[in-house]
Amino acid sequence: MIEVRGLTKRYGPTVAVDGLTFEVKPGTVTGFLGPNGSGKSTTMRMIIGLDEPDAGQAWIGGRSYRELGWPLRRVGSLLEAKSFHPGQSARTHLAALAASNGLPARRVDEVLDIVGLTQAARRRAGRYSLGMAQRLGIATALLGDPEVLILDEPVNGLDPEGIRWLRSLLRSLAADGRTVLVSSHLISEMALTATDLIVIGQGRLLAQTTVAELSATSTSLEEAFLALTSGVTDYEGREGHYLGSAS
Amino acid sequence: MTATVVEPTTTRGPRGHYGFTNVARMEWIKLRSLRSTRWGFAILAVSMIGFAVLVLSVLSGHWAHMSAADKASFDPTNQGFTGLVLGQLVIAVLGVLLITSEFSSGLVRATFAAVPRRPLVLAAKTAVFGGAALVAGEVLAVISFFAGEAVLHGGAPHVTLATPGVLRAVLMAGAYVCLCGLFGLGLGAIIRHSAGAIAATVVVIFALPLLLLPLPDSMRNDIVKFLPEQIAGSGITAVQPEANTLSPWVGLGLLCLYAAILLGVGAFVLARRDA
Repeated sequence: MIEVRGLTKRYGPTVAVDGLTFEVKPGTVTGFLGPNGSGKSTTMRMIIGLDEPDAGQAWIGGRSYRELGWPLRRVGSLLEAKSFHPGQSARTHLAALAASNGLPARRVDEVLDIVGLTQAARRRAGRYSLGMAQRLGIATALLGDPEVLILDEPVNGLDPEGIRWLRSLLRSLAADGRTVLVSSHLISEMALTATDLIVIGQGRLLAQTTVAELSATSTSLEEAFLALTSGVTDYEGREGHYLGSAS
Repeated sequence: MTATVVEPTTTRGPRGHYGFTNVARMEWIKLRSLRSTRWGFAILAVSMIGFAVLVLSVLSGHWAHMSAADKASFDPTNQGFTGLVLGQLVIAVLGVLLITSEFSSGLVRATFAAVPRRPLVLAAKTAVFGGAALVAGEVLAVISFFAGEAVLHGGAPHVTLATPGVLRAVLMAGAYVCLCGLFGLGLGAIIRHSAGAIAATVVVIFALPLLLLPLPDSMRNDIVKFLPEQIAGSGITAVQPEANTLSPWVGLGLLCLYAAILLGVGAFVLARRDA
């Protein structure tokens, strides 16, 4: 269970996250949606204590992240694919993190097997493709067998097979009774993976709903999402205008 | 590949809390796996032993032509540690990179997610890297001392570890290696960016004495004796007392204080700033 109450983050005059309040329940995959720059990553960084909120608080099972006794055993997180030292192998990266939370060394082999990196485990991670880096990030999140997973754009860089694999992995983790919060900008992918939805725009909560409910408001989930976020999109391309058109 | 159900293998929520030992084990695994660590320690070894052999054999060759004043101030222990001029920078840069590489690669996100008490991470890095640098520094100081003594010839006077002040100078040379590494680690934690932190380290170790050159000697001498390079080169590794220099133990104490201040500030800003 993740609870966020009045979470606020400012960068100078810009308000990245603005009084955000929501809950993420265990047992389902919750999609975290919003346009580019809407504050999804910043929110996730504040939940796991990387960034300090200017106001508000986030709790995991009733405690703030920094109070957790063995953080990796409670919360697995993936914030950016490249969160490892390029000179270290996947195995070393995971072994070091396992040691920090008193996890047994065999857990490293288990998560390497789960994400399919066993063959590449001894290679320098700096040579990994984006998809392999993403798999290492997912392995890192799963390392402590946590009851809460917080994943920022985990689909990025995965091939179609990988995307399907991740989808069923996330659903099975949720079916185990875990809390799974996944951000994405791929609406169609969220429609297949998530059950619950949190939609934000310009740092504010637009809707805490379900895929079924939101889809019912329009012809598709994508149309419903675009309608919901139409007033709060910071970066928008112009339709029907192409580079090189006659001026 | 099919969906793999994650089998719960760890008993969830053992009581208690991660502690220093857990974090130190993580830092030890990181330190020993990095290529830069091995290269850095190899260059440190070559510069310390190589310059001891080179400087003392060249000085021996010139012994017959040296002035009486030069002969009187000849300090084979201290002159054998000429390689520290390079070695101090190598180990300081290693200390910088130990933490700035985590910020540049993004590893720091994983590290701080695993260990949210950030000062504990810096404490563990200090213990693991400082310990490794101290062991390497002491071993290399002893080896370069004996290597230097082995090449002394042509009538130049020998000293042994039993000569008053020599053992102290050799052991303090090793400690200086460790302290330079910790200067780098502290500055890296404060500045976070490799280039900036390395530049700051070079300023602290090398450039401060040069910046003071325009001052008149009387003023300069009062300041220079508190600078790391002067404390090291003319104080703690010297057997023959040099002018304008703090006594070796005061000098060593001051260097420890500098390292403690840099690491303390580093721990403070790591805990304060967003990662």
